[in-house]
Parts: sequence; C-alpha cells; structure tokens
Amino acid sequence: MELQINDQRVTVTAEADLPLLWVLRDLLGMTGTKFGCGMALCGACTVLVDGQAVRSCVLPVAQAAGKKITTIEGVGSTPVGAALQGAWQEINVPQCGYCQAGQIMSATALLQVTPQPSDADIEAAMSGNICRCGTYTRIRAAIKQAATHVGQTK
Amino acid sequence: MSAVPDTFFVPKGVTRREFLQRLQAMGGLLLVADGLQIAKAADAPKYGAEGMPHGTVDNPLVFLTIGDDGWVTIVVHRSEMGQGVRTGMPLIVADELEADWAKVRVEQAPADEDKYGNQDTDGSRSTRHFLDPMRRCGAAARMMLEQAAALSWNVPVGEVRALNHEVQHQKTARKLSYATLAKRAAKLPVPTPSALRLKTSGEFRYVGKGGVPIIDGHDIVTGKAQYGSDPWFKDMCFAVIARSPVLGGSVREFDGEAAAAAPGVQKILRMPAPVAKATFHPLAGIAVIANSTGAAIAARKLLKIQWDDGANGSYDSDAYRAALQESARNPGKVVRESGNVDTAFKAAARTIEAEYYIPHIAHATMEPPCAAARIIAGKCEVWAPTQAPQVTREDVAKHLGFPLENVTIHVTLLGGGFGRKSKPDFAIEAAILSQAMDGRPVKVTWTREDDLHHDFLHTVSAEYLRAGVGADGKVSAWLHRSVAPSLATIFAPSTNHEVGAELGMGFINMPYDIPNLRLENPEASAHCRIGWFRSVSNIPHAFAVQSFVAELAANANKDHRDYLLELIGPARKIDPKSLHDDWNHGESPQRYPVDTGRLRQVVETVTQEAKWGKTFARGRGQGLAVHYSFLSYTAAVVEVDIDDQGRILVPRVDVAFDCGPQVNPERIRSQLEGAVIMGLSLAMFGEITFKNGRSQQDNFHQYRVTRMSEAPREIRVHLIPQSDWSMPLGGVGEPGVPPVAPALCNAVFAATGKRIRRLPIRDQAKRA
Repeated sequence: MELQINDQRVTVTAEADLPLLWVLRDLLGMTGTKFGCGMALCGACTVLVDGQAVRSCVLPVAQAAGKKITTIEGVGSTPVGAALQGAWQEINVPQCGYCQAGQIMSATALLQVTPQPSDADIEAAMSGNICRCGTYTRIRAAIKQAATHVGQTK
Repeated sequence: MSAVPDTFFVPKGVTRREFLQRLQAMGGLLLVADGLQIAKAADAPKYGAEGMPHGTVDNPLVFLTIGDDGWVTIVVHRSEMGQGVRTGMPLIVADELEADWAKVRVEQAPADEDKYGNQDTDGSRSTRHFLDPMRRCGAAARMMLEQAAALSWNVPVGEVRALNHEVQHQKTARKLSYATLAKRAAKLPVPTPSALRLKTSGEFRYVGKGGVPIIDGHDIVTGKAQYGSDPWFKDMCFAVIARSPVLGGSVREFDGEAAAAAPGVQKILRMPAPVAKATFHPLAGIAVIANSTGAAIAARKLLKIQWDDGANGSYDSDAYRAALQESARNPGKVVRESGNVDTAFKAAARTIEAEYYIPHIAHATMEPPCAAARIIAGKCEVWAPTQAPQVTREDVAKHLGFPLENVTIHVTLLGGGFGRKSKPDFAIEAAILSQAMDGRPVKVTWTREDDLHHDFLHTVSAEYLRAGVGADGKVSAWLHRSVAPSLATIFAPSTNHEVGAELGMGFINMPYDIPNLRLENPEASAHCRIGWFRSVSNIPHAFAVQSFVAELAANANKDHRDYLLELIGPARKIDPKSLHDDWNHGESPQRYPVDTGRLRQVVETVTQEAKWGKTFARGRGQGLAVHYSFLSYTAAVVEVDIDDQGRILVPRVDVAFDCGPQVNPERIRSQLEGAVIMGLSLAMFGEITFKNGRSQQDNFHQYRVTRMSEAPREIRVHLIPQSDWSMPLGGVGEPGVPPVAPALCNAVFAATGKRIRRLPIRDQAKRA
C-alpha cells in the first residue's frame, strides 16, 4: 500500500490491521515515533494524520493510507513544529527525552488549532501524553513560548 | 547502644564470593556492612568510587581526543537516562581543559570497566564519584597542550597559558589552537596526579554556572536520538516473549501452532528454564519472532501455554499486607538501640502510635525494557538501554557461552531508567534470541503489560511507629519497626531482613535528637522480583517518619515546622557509625557525617520560600517533610486544593535542596522537578497488587501515573548555594523523591483533617 509520510510517497507491504506505529518503526526504520503502551494511553506514539494528533499504536495502517502523515522527523518543516522544537531546546525540556516526540506532536496539533492556548487548553491537549520523568512544567512553558514566537512571526 | 545490626551474613546456598560479586555488581548499592566488614579484615576500607568494581580511571587519553578540525570528543562512560550525565560529565572535562563548549562533542563508551572505571549508573553517584577523576582528565590534557605549545615556541611552560581552545604566549602575543597542538600533545607523557594544576573554582567556565543546553536536545526534539528501542537493520527481526506470570514459574506445555501460522511470524522459541535465584536471568517463557513487533504481539495472543506456577503461585498482596502489618506490631530484630526505651515509655505522659503501608511500585519507564542484538563470526553486539553496562556484558557472555571480549555492549540513551534498567534481563533475551536465529539482528520489545507484570518492583513495606511524649509534647521514647522484603532476595532468595543499604536509607540513620530509641526490623520474605526503584527504601522510611512527626506535632498542638526543627535538634555532625549505619552509601563516615545543620537549613529555607504558616481557604493547605538520602538534604512543602469530592489538586510545590557544590545547577533543578512528579505519582496512584502470584495491573489505565492535568503548575526549586568545592558532593537523581509523598499527605491533613497512612491516596481525601 502507498503512504504519504512527511510529504514523501512510500510503498509498504503490510497487513491492513498492523498498527501504523510498527509500519513506521519496524518496516520503514523511522524510529523517531515511540512505543509506550499499545493502547493509546500514553501518547508516546503520537503522529499527525491530516493534521490531527493520532495515537499510531492503535491506528491500523490501512486507515492512514491516502492521508497526510506527519511524524517527528518531518514536523520541523512546519512553522509551528519548528517553533516548538526550538522552544523545547531553549527551555531544556527533556530529561530522558523518550516521550518528547509524542509531546511535540500533540503540542503541534494544539497550536495549529489554538494558536494562543490557555493553561486549561494546554492541559486538555497534553494530558494524553505521559512523561514519567516529570517535565510537565517545562512542556507547558515551552508551548507558551512557541505560541508567542509563532504569533510574532506571523 | 546495645544491638549490632546483623548485616554480616551470607544467605544459604550462596557462596560468599558470589554474594559479594552480585551485590557489587548492583553498583555498590548493597556494598553494605557485609562487604565493608570483610574489607576491614583484609585491608583498609575503600570508600566512594574506589569501593566500586573497577574504581575510577582518569587518563585523558582514554576520555578525550582532539581532532585536526579542533573538535574535542569527550567520552561519557555513564548511562544517560534523563539525569543529564552526558552533559554534566563532559562539562567538567571541558572546563578543566579550557575547551570551548561549542567545539565539544560527546561519545558514549561501550561497556568496558577495565578501560573506563565503574559504569554502574545508579545510587545517585555519577557526578559524586567522577567529578575529581574527570577534572584530572581535563587538567592533564590542558597541561599537555600547554607543554606542546611551549615546546613549539621553545619557551618555558610557565610562560604559556591555555585559554578557550588555544594556548597563548602573552610575552610574544603568539597563539596556537588546540587543533594545531593536539597531535604533539598526545605524544607527551600524561602528568602525574601530584603534578596536576587544577582550576580554582573562581576559574570555572562552565561548572556551577548552568546555562548550557543539554547535549542531546536537538536530537531528541527531531526524533534522531537513539534509544534502546531504536537500532534498526534491514534484516532485523522483532520479538516479544510470553513470560511466566509468576516468579519462578515455568512452561509446562505449550501449543504454538496457531501463533506460528500468524502473518509475519518467523519462529516460536522456548526461552531457557528458570533458575532458583532470579538475579537478572530472563524469565521462563515462549518467544515469538516476526517481521514486525506488531505482528509478534498479535501472534503472541494465539499462544496456548500451560504454566507451572511454582512456589509463588499463591502470592496475594492483600494477605501479604496483613501479614506484614502483623509482623510490624510485634518485636523483631533490633538494629539500633539507645537509652532505655521501655522505661521511657512507662514514664511518658502519653503514647502515640501509628502504622503506615507502602505498596509495590513499578518503574514504568516510558521506554519499556528492550534491546537489540546480532552475532557475526562469533562476536555478539548488543544495543541496550542499560544502567549497568559491564554487568550486561558479563551476563550476556555467560548466557551465550562467549568469552567476554567477544561481547560488545553499545549503551544507547535510556528512555527512563529509575533502577529498572540496572537489571539487564532484556538484553540477555535479545542475545539469546539472536543466537537462536543464527546471529540475525533481533530486537526484543517488552510491551507495557510485560513491563508491569514482570518488573523488579519497589519493595512493599509496613511501618509501625510509637512515641512516648512528655506533658510538653516532646518525644522521650521512639520505637520504629520497618518490615519489607529485601531486594537482596533476587541474589539470595532466603534473605529475610532488610540489608545494610536498605536500613541505611532513612531508617537506621535517622538523626533526630531522641534520648531513648529502638529500631527493629522483623522478617519478611519475597514472592516477586524486588529491585531498586529511584530512592529505594527511603520511600517507605521517609513516608512513615515524616508522617509520624507531623502527627506528633498535631497531637502536641504545635506548628509542624517548629516541632520538626526541635526534634532535629541543634546543628551537629553525626558519625553514621554512631547510628549503627556502617553502609553510609559506601562513603567515608569522616567525609560524610550526617549534618543536622544542613537538615535544618533546608527546612528553614523551604518553609520561608513557601510562606509557611499562611492561612488558606477551606479545602486548602500546606504540608512539610524533610529527608536525608544519598548524602543530600531535601525538604518539600506541598500545597493542596481539595474539592468536595476529595479530588486533590497540587497548585504548587517548593523544594529546598542541598547536595553540596553543584556541577550543573540547571539539570539539578530538572531532576528535582521530576522527582516531585514521581513522588506525587507514587503517592496518588502507585500500586502493583498480586493475586495468585500474578501482577494485577496491565497498563496505564490500571497503573496510573501523574499526567499534566494532575501535575503542579508551579514547582519551585531552591538550591542551597555551596561555593566550597572541597566539600564532598551529594547525590542528585534520587533524593528529591522521598519527602514528596509525606509532604503531600501532611498537606491533605492540613486541608481536611484526614490522615493518610496507606499509599496510594486514591480517593482517601474524600470527606466522610
């Protein structure tokens, strides 16, 4: 089947119900998207499908065919994604960093719809993403900083 | 003091040598009185890094290279799991080297303790143990560069000076870059330690300053960072394993036909039989190898396995809790005693007692255990997110039957560690499966269910406390019993008391100014794999002691802070040996006394910063706790806001922290912020329960951890400045955790009048 990942067309041979996560990671070697729970409970595997934040660990790959898939490897080519990646580094958000790809993908989806999020907006959008190291206060700060940055450069 | 802790023991069925080796392999966590007493008999005890297997190495030729392009490559031999060691360690070398941080890159060392010194990354000791060796590395290289420049210019070396990636000769205004000097410098003899000129702290360029971005930041946010789950080869195959749900269980029979016929499946394999000692041995089970992890997970569901549960098949955590609590109500092995407790209790105006319970907790690293391995021409390479590289290498070699030199462990980034990844069962699994697949690269992934079912769990503990107080509310007698299965049981299953390192985590070394005191440790046996979880036995000990002190203060109708400070008593430096703590985190009792002045200071600082004593509206309040662990001093004030349904919000947490001099204050802050979240997680939700020997929690819906909506919006970290660099360093990664749970529960009491004595809190804050 043909997939469109980060603006590139890719052909894969996979069972229709194989979760997109494993297509990315194991069949294509795109390992930036992480496995955390397999039940859409932790958000580590978050990617964008047509701009929506989706947990790729439970999304059958067939349902992503024909849609625009964006992963952490490609999100930096969007202004919002780049701003978030920049803010994440300036604030030194990560500790172990394993969940941060998913965090940035969820934050990207948030800022694309809500460019100036309130604390409550951020909590609503980000509470599906677990960080076991506990970087939440910095994630919040980085989202606000990126929102300001995107707002100023518009 | 009458009783001597009986830590000098070797459990049955284990040779002393093996016992010590395994304990040492744990990274000295359990070096305990046991090891020290043996050492004493033979020669002077070794402390700190020198007491660890393979000690330290400070040879600059091992740890750094300077390329023709001027780039400095610094080798990091400790594992990065979020604590910032891949930034902090090179920062020390670069500073002494007078290197420009913008021209520094970092390379991760493979497992090789002969070459690099000890690599066990746990016990909050990487910076504590390697600050000095890394300084010597950088300083030696700097002096070699200066020597090379002096030779080039034919001037006395005293006239040249290294400054920011070049060597200058001020008299003649000449300069030579590190790039130009590197080759010549590398051929010069390495200065002896006594010849080294270390920087004064005033000369530090990076150390103690903060403001340096973490070295892997860019790779992490762009998805390029390589974790244990990320090695990938075109011919790689992917495995998951159905493991015995009960510790010590085995496969009686299995039918793998349906699984073998599932899409993408390449092989179904029986894992090696279980062994009596859990150690880090892979659990018995059936492996499914497929062309993707997803295919392997789907096929595993089709396995039909009949398990033999073995002796732990009846383990029930409810029944076990009741048994532990009963043990805690009765006398046990006395591990410390002073004054005359029984007489003092009789003379006391009042007696107050309380029981506390802290359940098993799972590490739940965001990256579940995982590893990849391949074997080419009799040589095995493993990519593993391991906290214990050398132990991993030794265990892989042993399981494959390979000589050590034919095993290479590539240490990847760890997607969280917290102690779980000190136990390399997952890496051994990958190597075994690659061997079974004729050397093909195999990646083993633990699902979250696997992780929660087969963790090396934080111990479970019942704590009983009784205090005799005078009419003035002052404590005259103190009895504390701690009962918990020991983590030494994974090496010596018959262990039935807490070992020295566990006792030394906030139990035996409690430094309060109490005249009559007895500490007891009744027996407990283990029925699941017990491991070390970030801050280890400090969690139950701090929870019990800090909750109880708050109860005593309330009972005496006194302010908790004032009462706590009075109990700590005046500033004094206490010899840990006088507390019967022969472990002292493996450090010298002279260099590292328990300093009640520093304990007082963190209490005073945190209460001042958090505006302790301010008035709150109904349902709101503050709680305080302090704890000494890993040679550092931490106090926390947690503020809660509890609604009528008992839902607890934590608007703000203040932490005061004294770890001595601070190498990278920015990462220290981040560690404490994270410790607050982890402490809140375990206090609010953390519990693994067992029925029929099986862990009952499958995934994050049943084993909850704190999410952003439940996390404090504000965490304020107050670092106690220490500018004297001759002062020994304390640990950083772990000591932030222990005071959080009791401070939270003390806040719940302040807000609601409800006393939480059993973790997790869940809905216990609901008003009756």
